[in-house]
Amino acid sequence: MGMSREEIYAKVQQVLVDALGVDAEEVTPKATLREDLGAESIDFLDIVFRLEKAFTTDPAKPFKIPRGELFPDDLGALVNDERYLKDGKITAEGIAELKKRMPFSDFTEFDKNPSMDSAQSLLNVDTIVNYMQSKVG
Amino acid sequence: MRWIWIDKFVQFTPKISAVAMKNVSLAEDYLHDLYPAFPIMPNCLIIEGMAQTAGILVGEARDFSEKVILAKIGKAKFHRLVRPGDTIYHFARIEQLSETGASVSGVVRAGPDESSPAVAEIELMFSHIDKNMSGAAFPEENFVFTEQFKELLKTHRGGGDIPL
Repeated sequence: MGMSREEIYAKVQQVLVDALGVDAEEVTPKATLREDLGAESIDFLDIVFRLEKAFTTDPAKPFKIPRGELFPDDLGALVNDERYLKDGKITAEGIAELKKRMPFSDFTEFDKNPSMDSAQSLLNVDTIVNYMQSKVG
Repeated sequence: MRWIWIDKFVQFTPKISAVAMKNVSLAEDYLHDLYPAFPIMPNCLIIEGMAQTAGILVGEARDFSEKVILAKIGKAKFHRLVRPGDTIYHFARIEQLSETGASVSGVVRAGPDESSPAVAEIELMFSHIDKNMSGAAFPEENFVFTEQFKELLKTHRGGGDIPL
């Protein structure tokens, strides 16, 4: 039987508390990883390692998160591509690319105002919980 | 003074674990700088010794092809002081190793056995920087694993016994 969303959420919350040194109360479903919880680039690798450890139930079959599956790892290149970002705005092609690469993110808020700033909302606590639910839920 | 904080490896199991020792001598300058008249090894340098032990373990796992950088100290808890005349042992174990980096759990002990008293518990995370710096370029040459560090590994592999 798979895990419930509540069980997954509790584990994800603990991972973020350990990886980012934040309080459990700060880890809310809509809290963004970078802005609200202060995650920096290297923290994303730490979060992946800790999730793998927290969700491994059988050491003989360690749970693995393939590179780029949870956190897309070459968004930097995307920002430098004119097809995706022109005059500081994300193009329609860019939005399509983001949706393709971040299938676990909620785009509702982003779609209202597709800017670089609102792109922050795409990586929040729920994004991780959604991803984990697709794996172990 | 050279930036080497371990003297030799006493155990090395590739991709799994390593133990390196360090003799702490009153002849070392840094011991006189932290608290004058009360020489102890600073905790940050104990962490550095663990980072060198673990860093070489992580680097060797990929034949020193990656630039392995200490990215994060997840935990560092100290239980006793390290003083001149002490020998400390850095026990490092790879918890996770991936294309992008590694996490290592470590215990510094006051003796060579797993049961020797713990001096410190240290968790470290390493990044393979070429795989993590989207777009940023680093020199081709591996500036992390210079000959100086690779020589350290030979202290174990060569056995260290040189006949007269």
